[in-house]
Amino acid sequence: MPQSAEKIKDHVTLFREPEYTEMLREKRDAFECPHPDDTVREISDWTRTEDYREKNFARKSLVVNPAKACQPLGAVFCASGFEGTLSFVHGSQGCVAYYRSHLSRHFKEPASAVSSSMTEDAAVFGGLNNMIDGLANARALYQPKMIAVSTTCMAEVIGDDLHAFITTSKEKGSVPQDFDVPFAHTPAFHGSHVNGYDNMLLGILTHFWQDGERTPGTAINIIPGFDGYCVGNNRELKRVLDLMDVEYTILSDPSDVYDTPSDGDFRMYDGGTTIADTKAALDAKATLSMQEFCTKKVMAFAKEKEHETASFHYPMGVEATDEVLMAVSELAGKPIPDALVRERGRLVDALADSMSIVHGKSFAVFGDPDFVYGMCRFLMEMGAEPRHALATNGTKPWAKKMTALLDSSPYGRDCEVWPGCDLWHMRSLLNTTPADFLIGSSYGKYLERDTGVPLIRLAFPIFDRHHHHRFPTWGYQGGLHVLVRILDTILDRLDDDTSEAGVTDISFDLTR
Amino acid sequence: MSLDYRNDRAFHEQVIEEVLSAYPEKARKKRGKHLNVVGEGDSDCGVKSNIKSLPGVMTVRGCAYAGSKGVVWGPIKDMVHISHGPVGCGQYSWSQRRNYYVGETGVNAFGTMQFTSDFQERDIVFGGDKKLRELIDEIGTLFPLAKGITVQSECPVGLIGDDIEAVAKDKATDLGRPVVPVRCEGFRGVSQSLGHHIANDTIRDWVFDRADPEDKGFEPSPYDVVVIGDYNIGGDCWSSRKLLEEVGLRVIAQWTGDTTLAELERAPKAKLNLIHCYRSMNYISRHMEEKYGTPWFEFNFFGPSRIERSLRAIAEFFDDTIKENVEKVIARYRPLADAVIEKYRPRLEGKKVMLYVGGLRPRHMVSAYEDLGMEIVAAGYEFAHKDDYQRTLSHVKDGTLVFDDVTAYEMEKFIERIRPDLVGSGIKEKYPIQKMGVPFRQVHSWDYSGPYHAYDGFAVFARDMDMAINNPVWGKFEAPWAEA
Repeated sequence: MPQSAEKIKDHVTLFREPEYTEMLREKRDAFECPHPDDTVREISDWTRTEDYREKNFARKSLVVNPAKACQPLGAVFCASGFEGTLSFVHGSQGCVAYYRSHLSRHFKEPASAVSSSMTEDAAVFGGLNNMIDGLANARALYQPKMIAVSTTCMAEVIGDDLHAFITTSKEKGSVPQDFDVPFAHTPAFHGSHVNGYDNMLLGILTHFWQDGERTPGTAINIIPGFDGYCVGNNRELKRVLDLMDVEYTILSDPSDVYDTPSDGDFRMYDGGTTIADTKAALDAKATLSMQEFCTKKVMAFAKEKEHETASFHYPMGVEATDEVLMAVSELAGKPIPDALVRERGRLVDALADSMSIVHGKSFAVFGDPDFVYGMCRFLMEMGAEPRHALATNGTKPWAKKMTALLDSSPYGRDCEVWPGCDLWHMRSLLNTTPADFLIGSSYGKYLERDTGVPLIRLAFPIFDRHHHHRFPTWGYQGGLHVLVRILDTILDRLDDDTSEAGVTDISFDLTR
Repeated sequence: MSLDYRNDRAFHEQVIEEVLSAYPEKARKKRGKHLNVVGEGDSDCGVKSNIKSLPGVMTVRGCAYAGSKGVVWGPIKDMVHISHGPVGCGQYSWSQRRNYYVGETGVNAFGTMQFTSDFQERDIVFGGDKKLRELIDEIGTLFPLAKGITVQSECPVGLIGDDIEAVAKDKATDLGRPVVPVRCEGFRGVSQSLGHHIANDTIRDWVFDRADPEDKGFEPSPYDVVVIGDYNIGGDCWSSRKLLEEVGLRVIAQWTGDTTLAELERAPKAKLNLIHCYRSMNYISRHMEEKYGTPWFEFNFFGPSRIERSLRAIAEFFDDTIKENVEKVIARYRPLADAVIEKYRPRLEGKKVMLYVGGLRPRHMVSAYEDLGMEIVAAGYEFAHKDDYQRTLSHVKDGTLVFDDVTAYEMEKFIERIRPDLVGSGIKEKYPIQKMGVPFRQVHSWDYSGPYHAYDGFAVFARDMDMAINNPVWGKFEAPWAEA
């Protein structure tokens, strides 16, 4: 009997016991009609070949293991960064269950949003009544200060008009006329979650800015973009901007709502950009985006409102941080304080200490477009060599920018850029043109298993490791954190490779 | 063993009133029908079920796609399941149900992969059938060992008028493998439940009716059973299978955790269908009863009391050999069950549990908790039907609060007022409830643990409940300097 009360075995070890391995072998042989072992081995080997890679890249319609989600996820994430704001997603209800689960699994935090729960009848007659009742119910139960409406693909396909529906709902007394209900159409069949973020933020800013008169001021708006590390990164941004004594507004700041304390109270809403600050942000001198490919529309809108604008690409590492600080310094007319100069020096110091460990190591990177850009840039700064840069939601303009970045350094010479490709493509890449390490999200663990390339989890979503998102990856402090994650993986692997007593342990060095 | 306790009926009735008072009039009337306190002698749980969720209330429910792809079809390991439509549905459900299986993923098994047609605007405008044809060919090229393909429809497919059945027929001929079109668009029905039903129907229409009835090489035995509606979450179906084999039964198929197409096709040859999750697969079991004369029985392998009861009831379908084996197996496992109870019961005795799960566990798990001395104070289902609530009545005590399709608001208020010692529910409920200082276990995914079925699983279950309830963290919520 494999189980005992003294030493309870769960799934990790229980099924390795002979009673189970034997049972599963018999199940396979007697009932599964399996392919012969030789055939499985042959096909398994073939999937690792150049021939398979060629066929894999010839795919035109099939997508396998994509590294992207759909627009409304980005919209829900974006809306959660505003004070007291409840996301209301118009369309089928299962979608909302999925967004909430997805965000909770990453942040290990509550993720609240409601649906208009449209079904067959709404598919025929439209979802107006669902909107009217839904807004009233949501407001009564959850007492939000604002309800941000986005759409699932169902509502988009049948062509529900959010603007008209919200206007009618207000006329019918569903919510008061002056209650803030910004909205964004977020079709899942266009772009990805990064576009949903862009559209929702545009919807919210349009709602608050469209009729306002701009009195140009001195403050700076910062748009972080869709970021699984928002908890660590937004707090780091604020710390740095406070050190610089700059007036600023973070437009969409979910760093508190996705990091509430355990003290006996459940806070459905916490922190976030206030409605007053959002309105006042129209007067800002400038708007800066930390992620260009996540904020194209909203940055165009800021420009239209005569803000000075600049966009960055997920600022990790020395140079990327330098650029952001210099831009802020120039716009705000504030010098970069000595405290930050010293922080910079410490990151440079750490890079110098560790250069021999990272130097020449090759990396495959996947994730959202700006993340991949920022990551490759930082890798090259460390003396590492990006080998593959892949973004399922990367566009041609992204690929062009990536190529320019990689061409700017000898360390980028051997890197190829893969816009629109998925992780099954990446499997072929790692099998035929390997890299030493892989950087991406938890989905990369299947690549690690199949190709043996160790995964470093630095991109959204991270389901199978806890709390990394609570530490920053942006700024000089964030750079340090990213550097240590990379170093630890490299050194753990080196120890593993040199740990067999009397065989490989001549290099099992105490000091590295 | 049956634990003797009552719940506080008057208090629960008062809590329901309080909760309802927050709703606007129209919604209050509707939600009132889904909340009740069961009393002794009631003929059912007194709640309405399987009705549309109200807009805007934060239902926990999912959709038909989740019921079909996520629950019934997804675990079948040697077929490729295409999430047909935009990228999201497949992405959010990718690898999230922990349907364990043995196989080389990407080569002869495909469970933890996300195959999607990733609809773009042009597919909405011009239809997705052409793309579907092309991608099925691509699957044929890149995954030659896949035994078949299913097309899991997402919302747009049904709205734009695609003919996936025609594509499926053509492609099945081209590939010489089954291609199953499933109309599980998320807007159909009111929850996951219709997706289960649709998935069951497609097994009937596209697997049974097209399978080779000869099944050469299969030698029937008088002890052939099929385990139905066990999705092998954390290996549940394996610990159940082991126990059934120990009593001398032969499990010729397990649906659908760690399942192959061959096992799907062969099921009608069983002497008895053993249903674990009645809600999601009763339809096909009834069909097999009607068409092939196979009886079915809803069994329950949660906790030793119900395991013993179920084993004895199953034995009644067979001869004395099985009956004797069952007694021997029960006797063999009793020391393990007793040792687990002896170890954990003193730490869990009298703890109050609230359950809110899908369509099965709020009743099936009750006696596993009671075996550990714990009491069920409240229970509800996401997507149960009337017959589920009828089946629940015998499991819950007088005064138990029962809720159907509970909203996040209601759940929070119920917990605030009742303060159970443990809540069992899903990922969306986990973190809000833990922050309230109430111990929590996910009882869809077993909170990344398992198995919980059969004797081997009961030990893990007991360990996990103790771990959740008696963790030192619950004593740290208040800072020592805070005023008492």
